[in-house]
This record gives sequence, C-alpha cells and structure tokens, in this order.
Amino acid sequence: MKTKGKVTGIVSNLVSVEVDGPVAQNELCFIDLDGVKLMAEVIKVNGNTASTQVYESTRGLKVGDPVEFEGRMLEVTLGPGLLSSNYDGLQDNLATMKDVFLKRGEYTSPLDSEKIWEFKPIAQPGDRVAAADWLGEVKEGWMPHKIMVPFSFKGEYTVKSVAAPGNYKIHDTMAVLTNEKGEEVKVDMTQKWPVKVAIDGYKEKPRPYKIMETGVRAIDTLNPIAEGGTGFIPGPFGCGKTVIQHAIAKQAEADIIIMAACGERANEVVEIFAEFPELVDTRTGRKLIERTIIICNTSNMPVAAREASVYTAMTIGEYYRAMGLKVLLLADSTSRWAQALREMSNRMEELPGADAFPVDLSSIISNFYSRAGIVVLNNGNTGSVTFIGTVSPAGGNLKEPVTESTKKCARCFYALSQARADGKRYPSIDPIDSYSKYLEYPEIEEYFSKRISPDWVKNVYKAKNIILRGKEAHDQINILGDDGVPMEYHTRYWKSELLDFIILQQDAFDAVDCQSSLERQEFMLNKVLEICDKQFEFDRFEQCVEYFKNLINIMRQMNYAAFKSEDFNKYLKQLDKTLEENGK
Amino acid sequence: MANKAFQKVYTKLEAITKATVSLKANGIANDELAKVAGRLAQVVKIKKDLVTLQVFAGTEGIPTNAEVEFFGEPPALNVSEELSGRFFNAYGDPIDGGPKVEGERRHIGGPSVNPYKRKQPSQLIPTGIAGIDLNNTLVSGQKIPFFADPDQPYNQVMADVALRADVDKIILGGMGLSNDDYLYFKQKFEDEGALNKIISFVNTTEEPPVERLLIPDMALTAAEYFAVDKNQKVLVLLTDMTLYADALSIVSNRMDQIPSKDSMPGSLYSDLAKIYEKAVQLPDGGSITIIAVTTLNEGDITHAIPDNTGYITEGQLFLRTDTDTGKIIVDPFRSLSRLKQLVIGKKTREDHAQVMNTGVRLYADAANAKTKLENGFDLSDYDMRCLDYAKEYSTKLLSIDVNIKIDEMLDTGWKLFKKYFKPEELGIKQKLVDKYWDKA
Repeated sequence: MKTKGKVTGIVSNLVSVEVDGPVAQNELCFIDLDGVKLMAEVIKVNGNTASTQVYESTRGLKVGDPVEFEGRMLEVTLGPGLLSSNYDGLQDNLATMKDVFLKRGEYTSPLDSEKIWEFKPIAQPGDRVAAADWLGEVKEGWMPHKIMVPFSFKGEYTVKSVAAPGNYKIHDTMAVLTNEKGEEVKVDMTQKWPVKVAIDGYKEKPRPYKIMETGVRAIDTLNPIAEGGTGFIPGPFGCGKTVIQHAIAKQAEADIIIMAACGERANEVVEIFAEFPELVDTRTGRKLIERTIIICNTSNMPVAAREASVYTAMTIGEYYRAMGLKVLLLADSTSRWAQALREMSNRMEELPGADAFPVDLSSIISNFYSRAGIVVLNNGNTGSVTFIGTVSPAGGNLKEPVTESTKKCARCFYALSQARADGKRYPSIDPIDSYSKYLEYPEIEEYFSKRISPDWVKNVYKAKNIILRGKEAHDQINILGDDGVPMEYHTRYWKSELLDFIILQQDAFDAVDCQSSLERQEFMLNKVLEICDKQFEFDRFEQCVEYFKNLINIMRQMNYAAFKSEDFNKYLKQLDKTLEENGK
Repeated sequence: MANKAFQKVYTKLEAITKATVSLKANGIANDELAKVAGRLAQVVKIKKDLVTLQVFAGTEGIPTNAEVEFFGEPPALNVSEELSGRFFNAYGDPIDGGPKVEGERRHIGGPSVNPYKRKQPSQLIPTGIAGIDLNNTLVSGQKIPFFADPDQPYNQVMADVALRADVDKIILGGMGLSNDDYLYFKQKFEDEGALNKIISFVNTTEEPPVERLLIPDMALTAAEYFAVDKNQKVLVLLTDMTLYADALSIVSNRMDQIPSKDSMPGSLYSDLAKIYEKAVQLPDGGSITIIAVTTLNEGDITHAIPDNTGYITEGQLFLRTDTDTGKIIVDPFRSLSRLKQLVIGKKTREDHAQVMNTGVRLYADAANAKTKLENGFDLSDYDMRCLDYAKEYSTKLLSIDVNIKIDEMLDTGWKLFKKYFKPEELGIKQKLVDKYWDKA
C-alpha cells in the first residue's frame, strides 16, 4: 500500500508533509492541488514530517492538500528513441506538449511507444547473462542501440528465449530470462533507473588513456581532454562560454552528445533546436541532431527540476556508455545547479557554508563528476562518458565555492579570461591559468607518441613556456618602454604572439578554421615552434613588430585555407620565403 | 484589485515584523492575496495554521487586532484592449483618473513558454541610434538592459528607443521611478502622440518599495496578453531593475533568509531570470522584447545585480560619457548584443559586419594611442589619424543623440574610413572595398 500524507507547511517550493507510513529519502510523491498532480521529492524526514521540494510552482497549494508517495526515486526511462529528443529536467518530452506554455502537472512520456524498431538478437538461448549484458540491438537512426539486461537485475540469469529478428515496439517482450531460482522474467526494450544512482554493470573503470578530439586547438593541443575525462570551463559572462560549448558539441569526436541546458537562456537552446537539424557532422556526414539529446531546464523553469536535469543527463549518458559508445556530456551551467541547491538549503534553514551554499556542495559536485569515465564492459568492449561543465562565477571571480569545489575534482580547467575576450582573442581560454592533468598521465603520453609523435607532450610544454616567457617580456616592455628593453625581449614577446594568434586563437564562425584536425594541429604547432627556435636580427623594434605581424598574417591565411590545399601550400611557400630572409 | 467579500475576517495577528504579519487561519492558499488593515499583502509562508503575509506597503502602524481579509486568489490583472493608453499602479489599479479596466482576469507571474515552442528571433528593431543599430543591433524577442551610472540619461534613451521602435505596444514598468521621471515619460509619450499604444505600470519613489515586486509581473502579464492572444509585437521597458532587486533583498532580509553575495537573496538569479525569460519570439508572430535599466554603482559590473543580470540577458548596452567629445555614447567595448548576428548582414546590408568590426577596432587603436600619449610616448602618424577618427566616430555614430537609418550609418562609416585611412589599413574584404570605397 502506498504511503499517503497531507500538506502541513509551504514556503515557496519547500512543502512539508505529514505522512501516515514509511517514506524514503529522495522518494517521489505527488501533491494533489485541485486535481493537478505536482511532482515532489523528499529531501528530509523528521518524525512524521517529510520535507519535499516541489518541481513546480506551489501557487494555490493549501494546508491539508492530499499527497501520495510513489515508493520510488526520480527515474529516467531508458530505451530506443532517446536520440534527437528534447527533454526537460524530469525527462518530459517538450516536443509532444501541446500548449505554448508549460502547464503545471503535465508530464509527458519520454519515449514513443508506437514507433517500430528493427530488432536483431545478440544473445542466444542458454547464454548466462547479468545486468547490462547485451541481448539484442535495434538501429536508432544510424546508431546501434543495444537492448540490455536491465541494470536493476541482480545476480545471474539464463536466457530462455530472445525475440526473432523483426519489427517490434518498445514494450514488446524482447527476451525471457530465468533467474537462479528458476523464475522467468520478461524483458522489453525499456528500463527505468533512478537518476541519483550511478549505473554500474561494467567490469572496470581504468584511468583514461586516450584523447577526445574537439577540433579546438586551445583544447586539443594545449590542454587536451581525455576520453572519459572531466573538464570545466569557468568564465564571466560575455567571454564566449556558450560559443565554445557549441563548438565542442558540433565537432567533438563522440558518438552521442548530451547537452544539459541547466538554468541558462532559452534562446540559446532555441539556437540548438534551429541549427542542429541543419548542421552536418563532418565525421559521419549525418545531421548533428541525430546524435544529440537535449535536456533543457532553462533559467525560468522550476528550480528543483534544474537540479534534477544534470542527473537525468548523466544517467542517459551512462546508459549509452553501457552500449559501448563514446558519450560527451556538456552541462551549462553547473553554477545554476549549485544555486538550486543553495535555494533549497536556505529554505530548509540549514547552517550555510561559504557564500550561503550548502556545506556539502563540494562533495555533491565531486560525486557527480566521478560518474564520468571510460569503462571496460563485461563483454570486453569499452564505452565512455566525457563530461565538460561550465561554471558561471559570480563577478567573474574564480575564488568562489562552485569554481573551487569543481577545481578539486575536474581534471581539465579551461579558464576563460575577460582580458582575452575584451581583446577579441577567441576562444578566450587563458593559456597560462588553464591546465589539463591528463598531460601528466604516462598513458596519455604514450597515446600521443603513437598517435602523433614521441615528442608531442614535450613540444606542448615548450609551447606553454614560450607563452609564459612572452608574457614576462611583455610586462617588462610595458614598464620600461619599447626602447628601454633589449631587442631579444621584443622577439620573445612576438614569438609568443605568433603562437597566440596561430595556435590559441581560432575563428569559431569560419567554415574552415572552426575545426582543426589533430594532424593539422601537429603541423601548425611544429611550424610555429620551428619559427620560435630561430634567431632573428632586427635593428629597430618596429622592424620586429612588422616582421612578425607579417608572419602572423601569412599563417592566419593558412588557418583559413583547407589543410594542404593549393591555397594552404601557396601561403606555406610564402612563409618559408619570408623566413629565409631573416632568421637562422 | 477586485475584492471578493465572502471570506472570513480575521482580527488577531500573532506576529508583526517590518514587512510581514503572521496570523492563525485555515484553508489559505500559497501566494494568495489579502488585505491587512486596508493594505495589500500576499501569503509567503504557511506552517500548519500559521500564515505569514508580506505586506507590500510595510507594517508601520498595523495593530495586533488589525482586520485581515483573504481574497482567495493570487495577484491578478484584468486584460483587454482597454489597457491601451492607460497608467496603473503596482496593483493594476488606474492612476490616471480613468475607469477600471474590464476584461479577462489573469493571474500574474504565470507559467513559462515551452522552450521547444519558441522561435529563433530574427526581426531587427531599429532605434536610429548607431551605437545600438550599427554595433549592437537589437532583435525582437531579445532581453537586454542598459548598464548605466545613475547620472546617465538612461530613461531618456530608453524612451527614444521605445518610440522609434516599430512595435505594436510599449509597456512601461517603472520601479522606484522618481516622480519627475514618471511625468517625463508621460509627457514624452503624449507629445509623440503614441499614448494609445502605451501601457504603464508605475511605482514611484513616493510609494513603498516592496510594492515594486509586482510591477514586472503586471507589465509582463499585459505583454503576454497582447503577444500571445493578439499576436502583437510588444516592447517592455523595465526601469530600474536595480531598485527591484533591492526590494527583493529587503523582503528576504525581513524573512530571516541567509543572504548571499552583496546581501542579495540566494535566489536572485532565478528571480531575475523569471522576469527576463518572458522575452520571447512566439510561433504565431507575436513577440515580447524586454529593454531594462540596471543602474550601476560607479560602473561596477561585478556587483551581484549587474553580474546576475549579465548571465541572464542577451547582452548589455553600456552608457558612458566620452571625455574627448563630451558626448554620451553607447560604449562599443563593453556593450554587446548577443543576438545581433541573427540579423547583421541578413536583414541589413552585406557590409554591416565588416564596417562594424573595423569601426570598433580603429576606435580601440585610438584608445591605445591615447594611452601612449598619456604615458609620454611618441605617436606615429597612424596613431594621430586614429585619434582624429575617434572624435568623429564618437560624435557622428556612437553618440546617443544620433538618429539615422542603418544604411546611412554604414555610409557614414565608409566616409570616416576614407577620410582618415587607406584601404589596406582596414583589413576589410577587397570585394566590399571595391564596391563602397569610391562611393564614400
């Protein structure tokens, strides 16, 4: 029998409920407001009183309104049909809602139960299987979508029968399994899983050992992110955070992209809705939308569902990972999620931590980041969830709780700098403050030496050093004046400028320059380093400035030309000729 | 506000603070309105039979035996065509001496538009001000604030923008408006003969600050009526959102909430987003565009109010005085319209993007030259030309008193380029130089 209760108190979306039976932490319940059912989640229990956060506006709610508990936590429905969908934070399908306005208490089914899928069996009758093992597969668009033993199944099962190849709907029985006691269980194409619990059912989670290409030079070359790795992008508003996220979403070498728009602008999501069905993934030739899932809980949608949205996104990511796919999860912005936690903690009158955030903020964030990773599945295949979150630090100040907590757990740090954005140096990823811990991994170094060259990581550090030394030289020039420093300071500074303009800066709106292959990045970095190794002779500093501006201009034209095209080679020749005139 | 007289009258208050009163009552709904000793109040907290009400006008002089009467509904506004041309207070009651508005009663602060049903904004809103149209083009469905110090004429600029914009309705939400500014708006709208398309909700500095909290929702409920029901293009002006946020902090403080940065409530971001995100381009042609004012303290944009605003809005327009020309300009460096690329070169001339970027870049070169000059370094010929260019650029384009068509702005840009520079110094695509240079 379901536990029932009655509303006893209301402060904004925190509602206390007096219950008549057992309730669990994080259990879901529905509050009945004149026939409209509002979903809520238990966040604290004290005696007979459960405190719940309501995922909707509580306007009109009264003391005494009836509540019914569900006996389950917030779950997502997993199955074919998730791709190309647009969900809110609670996995309601936004596309199938009729009204222009979001109605309270309107919950829509996440998957189309009438759609026909072409099924191919993988498992055989008699096979021994466990949770997350593959039973069969359907084609979801062009992506193989595995039908698995539900993650919630414990112990070993024997396959009694698997459906024959053919066309089925998601709720048809696809397999019958027998458990250790000899009881039969039916499995269809769908399963449910609570969002706050990480999906396991894999053999091991090794350290990340390869790179996920994003086509963004400031990331791939300088501070690469590993497949199954974690990174975060903090930056003040107006620094191009959204442009970088969209660039990564468009270009990253991933099978599935999940974008969690968490408490951000609705028009930015509309941009994805408008663009992704048109844009083509250059690697596969398919439309970007076909590999994309959007979880959209914009800033004006209910705050509690904002918190749920990042978990919903992560759980769907883990589901596809269990199929042996490469998933990239982007969450914009995790600060809004943290603020949702803060609002709730505040209403519960908990003792606050720094900036009034809850004291366990840091552990909540690191727990979440730890759900990413590359895994070896039971069948030996690998799958991965790579996670990149953005952080919106208040006042652009990185010394604030969300940035600091995230810094403790994310392995890549892409600091966006206001100064670079003001100087229109995009992407504004600060080359000095940013880092990637993966460069220190021996596994990654080995990967690079096979994939690119044995010297690669060494060269990357060299490039970083050139930038650092260039900045020092620039500071001196600013203090002592152009004529007050030795010529070597000018060349040193301009070498770092060359690296900045050619490697770090990239035009996200140019059809060619927006995406740079690893081969091309290697070529350009080697070329720039080759120039930086040269000695130049100048009589006056103006000559140095003019000379390097010319080099930058030629190499920029190379960046705008297709790799190794006629134009590209023409500029390369021009570059080599200019270098012969000066430089040893 | 309509009063429904069937409710029981309570006469015993349990607690009184500066902004709230609490009493024992049953069957009361969250967000419901009530009258406490004749003043409007709203339910903000219910704990068993103890109901806490926020009294908008403050609790000064309210006795423990004050009469409390509940309305049985949250704040609402009667919407119909009759709203046009009228002035209301924060409660939606007429303040222009006219009759009450008849129409459908709608609760304010209603639900959000399903993001999937939104359309991508694509219609340009011309303002005649080159600092906006040329460098930071506005698009219908956009939300953008003016960031300005209190001494800048932001209300005048906003009134100009509103009156020049090609929209069906203009809705003014005035929060903490000085009486002078209120009369200025009224006079200006009358002079332009535009009164019939303007609706105003005004809370002046003479009225209690907490009342302001109702203004944006009132204005936006009216806006949604015209945009959604009538498919009209609606422009909403909100001034001053800093004073709105201040009122939020007063309430949260009185309710013993733990403040976060700059003593603002922890929910400031969500509170502001709920307002600004009402800006929308609807599928059936209607739209709501929001132009707001956020006053700054000495240009400090790291304060919680402008900072949170910046994360929510689609850019900001920054007003400042150009000391070289004495003109008030729309700062080309710190201003940004995030939606401009949706119309630039698409709804405007092909050379728009290049003229815009080059114009701003040369202005930046001039700023560098000025720094050099101030630090006692010698100026090159190029530096000198940049400085002369900057003065003219500031007067003829950036200044807020400019009122010309976009094509004329572009032509002016080319004229200035030609007057001070050689084509190879501009870095503009050759094709465009060939086409426009000689004509300039």
